[in-house]
Amino acid sequence: MIDRREQALTYLLLGVFSLIALVPIAGILLTALQAPGEVASFGAFNGVHLENFATAWDEGNFSQYLRSSVIVGVSVVVLSTLLSILAGYAFGMMRFRGDQALFYLFLLGLMVPLESTVVPLYYDLRDLGLTDTYAALIFPQVGVSVAFGTFWMRAFFRSVPRSLVEAARLDGSSSWSTLWRVVLPVGRPAVLTMMVLVFMWTWNEFLLALVMVSDESLRTAPLGLAFFSGRNTTDFALLAAGSVIVATPVVVLYVFLQRHFIRGMLSGAVKG
Amino acid sequence: MTALAPPGEPRRIAYLYLLPGLVIFGAFVLAPLAHSAWLSLFSWDGVTPGAWTGLDNYQAIVSDPRLRAAFLHAFVLVGFYAVLPIAIGLLLAAAMARTRVRGLALFRTVLFLPQVIALVVVAVMWRMIYAPDGGLINEGLRAIGLGGLAQNWLGSFSLALPSVGLIGTWVMYGLAMVLFTAGVQKISPSLYDAARMDGAGPVREFFAVTLPGLRNEIAVALTLTTIQALRSFDLVYITTGGGPGDSTSVPAFEVYNRAFRGGDVGAASAIGVCIAALIFVLTLLINRIAEREAAR
Repeated sequence: MIDRREQALTYLLLGVFSLIALVPIAGILLTALQAPGEVASFGAFNGVHLENFATAWDEGNFSQYLRSSVIVGVSVVVLSTLLSILAGYAFGMMRFRGDQALFYLFLLGLMVPLESTVVPLYYDLRDLGLTDTYAALIFPQVGVSVAFGTFWMRAFFRSVPRSLVEAARLDGSSSWSTLWRVVLPVGRPAVLTMMVLVFMWTWNEFLLALVMVSDESLRTAPLGLAFFSGRNTTDFALLAAGSVIVATPVVVLYVFLQRHFIRGMLSGAVKG
Repeated sequence: MTALAPPGEPRRIAYLYLLPGLVIFGAFVLAPLAHSAWLSLFSWDGVTPGAWTGLDNYQAIVSDPRLRAAFLHAFVLVGFYAVLPIAIGLLLAAAMARTRVRGLALFRTVLFLPQVIALVVVAVMWRMIYAPDGGLINEGLRAIGLGGLAQNWLGSFSLALPSVGLIGTWVMYGLAMVLFTAGVQKISPSLYDAARMDGAGPVREFFAVTLPGLRNEIAVALTLTTIQALRSFDLVYITTGGGPGDSTSVPAFEVYNRAFRGGDVGAASAIGVCIAALIFVLTLLINRIAEREAAR
């Protein structure tokens, strides 16, 4: 009897809070379909005007912003994945002088937010003539991602059975080919999780782009949306369409790879 | 000795594997952090030569009412980003402690969705929801005859900060719920049976079994959400720009504002160092407490 009441309460809570999560998202989708330029309220339905996406795409220059975001996102993912695999391999499967101290250094980096480093980063990169380049958006992001990625890959390498590596070693396999031929093929899910997280963080990053880039052609999608929303404060339909365009790539990725997102983000916390 | 040592054989080649990552990490995270600490000791406008001021910039964080307010606002946001979502998550955990739930995977997908949407998009979306005219909340209130309660949510000195905070709650509660629903299923049913045998009601059962059982999950949720609250920038920048007045200014916003608009790079750096220090201390504290509780 009590169990049934608890079950009903559980469903009620899950239902209500799922609804609260969904209402703003459904609202922005409906708003993006509203007749453009008309005075309408957020989430109200007044027809299906898919042309908003085309208008926002052109007026907002979103093709350019998405291009920048893809260039930056792919570069960051490729670079940080590679560096994290190598560093995680060292920490997870080898023993060397100073391994503890170096690992704590990476752990410390996990806790340093971009907000704390963006000011000197700007002045350092400006002195090198690198502000207003993709490099200014890519390398600081790789730095942050490598801290997480190394931590993440180290945990994976530690979970690999020793027998696998020892067998490869007895066969005369070098550490390099053991990594790529023997160990990493087992670690595809772990690598994929890391890649989607790094891509999402890079795609969604705003402050770095805001500080580093003044050239419009280099603006990333969130930065472009911020400027677009500054120009179109009243046209809800266009603003909503622009927002949907910026959010969609990551949301689509999430729909297909949600277990990777959830698993990765929930274990992303630093555990002493 | 060998039992405690990390797995793997001693190899010098490890340094080679480590090098590329360490170089990038050092150059773009550690060096800027150190540089930030150095810059924080100067009064510098970013153009002309700076002047050494020692710890004045840090003292200003305590004495300057504007900066003090920014940090105070950050702690208010911790309430909205961390405490409220965790309370909501625990409520759910308490309810589902002994029940089987079908379709949990689907609920999880939906509840976690706000976490993956760019905060800039979330902010633009909520600016429309809070809009005085045409916004979902005011129009909703008018539709049910409560138009008198309609407010300029983001433009009011007293309501702007809680309004921004509630956006954070919306983003974060799904994370707490997903964490706790997974955690509560790992608690051994025998503990609940034992509590029942002792005649524990739902409340005592929650405090005796569910809450201690979720210790690790609570620590993880608290760490993730508190960090987000302390470094929050995107939401504030897009929804209120720190206003009205400086009623929603937060430390990360002051970093941006002082370094790139106000020409006070030293103060901005000092604030940045304080954000990092706060995150560091709170993360260690949360995990230390969770571990000590575990040891009991």
